[in-house]
Amino acid sequence: MSQFYLYALTGMTLFGLGVYALMVYAHLIRKILAINIMGSGIFLFLVAVAQRGLGVMPDPVPHAMVLTGIVVAVSATALMLRLVTCIHCKTGRTSLPEDGRE
Amino acid sequence: MIDPNRPQPHFVLTRFIVQLFTLVLTLSLGLAVLSLPPAPVQLVDTIQANMHQSGVTNPVTAVLLNFRGYDTLLEIGVLLVAFVGVGTLRHRHQKSGLSGSDPGLILLALVRLFVPLMVLVAGYLLWAGSHAPGGAFQAGAILGAAAVLVFLSGLPLATWFQGWSFRGGLLIGFALFLCVGVGTMATNGHFLEYPREWAGFLILLIEAALTISIGLILAALFLGSPDATDAANGAKDHS
Repeated sequence: MSQFYLYALTGMTLFGLGVYALMVYAHLIRKILAINIMGSGIFLFLVAVAQRGLGVMPDPVPHAMVLTGIVVAVSATALMLRLVTCIHCKTGRTSLPEDGRE
Repeated sequence: MIDPNRPQPHFVLTRFIVQLFTLVLTLSLGLAVLSLPPAPVQLVDTIQANMHQSGVTNPVTAVLLNFRGYDTLLEIGVLLVAFVGVGTLRHRHQKSGLSGSDPGLILLALVRLFVPLMVLVAGYLLWAGSHAPGGAFQAGAILGAAAVLVFLSGLPLATWFQGWSFRGGLLIGFALFLCVGVGTMATNGHFLEYPREWAGFLILLIEAALTISIGLILAALFLGSPDATDAANGAKDHS
């Protein structure tokens, strides 16, 4: 049971770190990394939840959700990276322009 | 010009507010975790009670391909949509970073050693999925990784990633899954509800098709274009 708290709290900390980096850094690849770290935190939490039951067998439903989530995260990351390379090709920058500032 | 590598709001106060917000968010999430009530429904018991009619003995595979087959069908759909998105965004003048340069003796020997082994492991994982951890996504990921290894070593595999057989391979997982779903709807009136005696066979069939599609899609996402013509041309230019 205490293992559940260790993994779940670590997952939530990773999520918080990801949120912070997502808001603070303008570099788009850093933002993609931040989103992935947030996702990893959620996956860690879900895997921990699967072990929480009193039974011997871990709950397979969160495990299946994590598997699905990883695949979706990989494809979303590929799409985001492609968008960033497009932005870099067209404008030569790696961050989005801010209002009223160059 | 702002430096995108520096933390963004330069104002100390704004950054302090962001830090405070993140800290409060993380702490409240932690509190929520600590005060989590015990699970109201024990899905484990429901799944164990129904394992005998799933056609497989590994509970995760049973959930992925039988009890919650919808999820997996939509998941391969998401992969296909991402692939189409990456393909449409191809920049015309963009040079692919994968050249046909000489990979060198050691890299070539390693690729020759690893790629057949990876294909073997992928096949084993696909087979093991019915009774142990494993299955289509793990096997597909290893196939994709093998293809990425070949691309990075500069071998001209990218020329295979074009034409109708490649597109058929991309689609076969989703198409076969959908066909099975519609077929079961025609026979017993429920979408993706396999007949009990056929369940094991159908799951293995779908997983085999999914493995091929996932491996190809992941490798194509890495290449970043639907027909990989950039990489193929790049290989020709350099040779």
